[in-house]
Amino acid sequence: MIARLFNFHGGIKPDSHKNASAAPPIAAAPLPPRLTIPLRQSVRSVARCLVAPGQRVLKGERIGAGEGPLGTDVHASTSGTVVGLAPCAMAHASSLDTLAVVIEPDGKDEWIERRAFDHRAVPREAALRYLSACGIVGMGGAGFPTHIKLGNGRGIETLIINGAECEPWITCDDRLMRERAAEILSGAAILHELIGARRTLVGIEDNKPEAIRAMREAAAGFPGLVDIVAIPTRYPAGGEKQLIRVLTGIEIAHGKLGTEFGVQCFNVGTAQAVHRAIHHGEPLVSRVVTLTGNVRRPGNYEVLVGTPVETLLALAAPKPDTDRYLMGGPMMGITISDLSVPIGKTSNCIIAASAALFPPPPPELPCIRCGACARACPADLQPFELYWFSRAKNVGKAQEYHLFDCIECGSCAFVCPSHIPLVDYFRFSKSEIWARERELKASDQARERFEFRNYRQEREKEEKAAKLAAKAAETRAKLSGSATPTDAATGDDPKKALIAAALARARQQVAVEPRNTDTPHAGVPGASPGIASRREQPDLHDSDATS
Amino acid sequence: MIHSPYIRKPASVQSVMLAVLLALLPGVTAYVMQVAAVVVVNLLIATVTALVAEALILTLRKRPIAPALSDLSAVVTAWLVVLCFPPILPWWVTVLGVLIAIVAVKHLYGGLGQNPFNPAMVAYCAMIVAFPSLMSQWPPAGQIDFQTQLDLVLGGARQLDAITGATALDAMRTGLRTSGASVDSVLQQSGTFGAVGGRGWEWLALGYLAGGLFMLARRIITWHMPVAFIATLAVVSGIFWLAEPARFAPPLFHLASGGAMLAAFFIVTDPVSGATTPRGKLIFAAGVAVIAYLIRVFGAFPEGIAFAVLLMNLCVPLIDMKTQPAVFGHRGSRP
Ligand code: SF4
Ligand code: SF4
Repeated sequence: MIARLFNFHGGIKPDSHKNASAAPPIAAAPLPPRLTIPLRQSVRSVARCLVAPGQRVLKGERIGAGEGPLGTDVHASTSGTVVGLAPCAMAHASSLDTLAVVIEPDGKDEWIERRAFDHRAVPREAALRYLSACGIVGMGGAGFPTHIKLGNGRGIETLIINGAECEPWITCDDRLMRERAAEILSGAAILHELIGARRTLVGIEDNKPEAIRAMREAAAGFPGLVDIVAIPTRYPAGGEKQLIRVLTGIEIAHGKLGTEFGVQCFNVGTAQAVHRAIHHGEPLVSRVVTLTGNVRRPGNYEVLVGTPVETLLALAAPKPDTDRYLMGGPMMGITISDLSVPIGKTSNCIIAASAALFPPPPPELPCIRCGACARACPADLQPFELYWFSRAKNVGKAQEYHLFDCIECGSCAFVCPSHIPLVDYFRFSKSEIWARERELKASDQARERFEFRNYRQEREKEEKAAKLAAKAAETRAKLSGSATPTDAATGDDPKKALIAAALARARQQVAVEPRNTDTPHAGVPGASPGIASRREQPDLHDSDATS
Repeated sequence: MIHSPYIRKPASVQSVMLAVLLALLPGVTAYVMQVAAVVVVNLLIATVTALVAEALILTLRKRPIAPALSDLSAVVTAWLVVLCFPPILPWWVTVLGVLIAIVAVKHLYGGLGQNPFNPAMVAYCAMIVAFPSLMSQWPPAGQIDFQTQLDLVLGGARQLDAITGATALDAMRTGLRTSGASVDSVLQQSGTFGAVGGRGWEWLALGYLAGGLFMLARRIITWHMPVAFIATLAVVSGIFWLAEPARFAPPLFHLASGGAMLAAFFIVTDPVSGATTPRGKLIFAAGVAVIAYLIRVFGAFPEGIAFAVLLMNLCVPLIDMKTQPAVFGHRGSRP
């Protein structure tokens, strides 16, 4: 048992609205007439297409090969015929477009040959490769590849399985825990071994007593493996960093990874997917999706990856006054602008929205500095200060006040009595800063290209001069008739020496004026020292973006 | 398009301000019962003035009027002006005070949420400088009938000395300074004093305390400011009192007299012009208490809270900047 729970600052308690969709058991969604399976796996990786139109594929067959270390393979989620490759919109805040494989199901739902994988019989790396080949990614949040999160198998004290599900309305993890607790724990056991953890904790918000009970019962089958911990219900307790804080007391700063602190966190859905992959040889081709909101039949469905949202809606029977659909929860979800978007591995919930259920916010009033937002902020920020700076377009100052530590959880906007859409301001400021950094990067690269060209031209000139000089010396030597047997060698030597000298000079020049760093600063008004330091530490910046 | 979050707590500036007004009611009730019922008339005058002034100035600034008027912030300001002014002022002083608070302090700085100074306190300071004698006429509790009070407010003849007494703070000051008497003898001499503070006025202090606790329970204010203010005032006055009990009044006297309780819960806690970080709030309120005490005891005015608040208002940007709380994950804390 763990000794105590920790607290995180702030948080809110919105109405949960979970009961309706949590009541019925998970049902399988019917096969859609078409599946659109995106090849883009995340912001950073797109899989290489392995199939051609007309080709028949089986359920679970590889149709895309993951590229790069962050890549994971993509699979057909049912058997059928590839009818084409088409660009498709994705349900993602950045509304990235991507290429997708369109499959027409044959209705047989015929699997590839599935074989259990003995992860103990192979080296650890092979097991991670296998998970990546099964397309296993985080199913709770950003879809980060699981094999990357498993790290190098050293230094992880605590493995956390996230069953908190703190956003209102969403119940897919709740149902999963009630119905497939043993599979989740079996997956947790595999993750436990692969990551080399000393202990494993499952955090579940205490508003899910059935899930807690089911998980505790299942835990009896895995003696000594896990602690099922009921945590206080408070949004955003299911945020990875907040959950880690609640269970271990460790605070992971923005841009840092859990592994640096000896803790790593996986969603319950991910754990279950790991179990299916290892013990049943099934790649990740479906997930549980909550359909709820302004509907007559809320519930949870097992949905094939690639199922267009529009084909699902009928299952829940949306009421006539539904005016839009949200993907994700009401705190952090996005409005779906195009209902043909496919369900992805991270799509946990579709909410039918109506003006009655999600009324437009009342008009924005000025900030009265009441501090309610600061009291609600789980990142311990002062949102109203960030708001002042963002409004004044003083993004440098906003960054100084830790804008990038904002997890966009929406708690501040939820409580603000002036109804200020605070998170919108923060998103805007962040995108401003990113745009500036991109500009800086582009101008850096342009300058480097330019400097290199100058340097190359210089070098070529000097080499030419050196060659000429060498030739002249040679001719002089020949004319004087005192050629020796070592002539060829000596004739080469001055040339080499001259080239070396020219190179050294060029290097020195580069060392003295490493980069003309002043120019871009002057060119970008308000570029803060923060931006500058980020520019000089490209590695740091990279890890920021991945977190 | 509307972005996340799509849900909001049913909170509004209006509901916050309404709660503040409700919280003032126990104090107002005590005022009516114990001191001067005419305060109700003053509240009415001030409310109307505030709303009219707000509407006019919003028209001039070409801003929508309805949301600003219905947010009730102007009413709260007006009430606070009245409650820190003497109740038997001629009506036009109240009007002037409210106009200063609403027009000069709030709107010239940009309207709701923009004013660096506490509007009611600026109004008090301006009026006590402009009309020192009028602003010092405090009626002795319960000794003037309502008709006389009303006459005074509506512009009747003023026989000043006959009807106005000194406040407890005033009496204490004069007693200690001019006649060189000890605290105990001053307290016994005059009918101005009650059990701990000014007779009758003590009840107001209790009323404000009750309202303050209500706001704490409703989370309209946090504990930081009232606790820091009360504790600091008690400690500072306690130190002087312990050092020389004959020359300095006891802490309880300071807490129950003048505007201490009103200030602790309703004045220093003004979110717009006060500090905002938890540590900043402690520093701000403690600063007000120290300065207010020093002015009360050593300064030229009997009540120093207004000046103290304005002085601390000046320091708010610095206090906030220096007391930014550590951000999640940057505390360097490891269990
Ligand atoms: S909650 Fe809204 S009004 Fe209050 S301080 Fe924050 S931003 Fe300002
Ligand atoms: S959205 Fe950002 S600023 Fe607002 S409460 Fe969440 S973390 Fe804090």
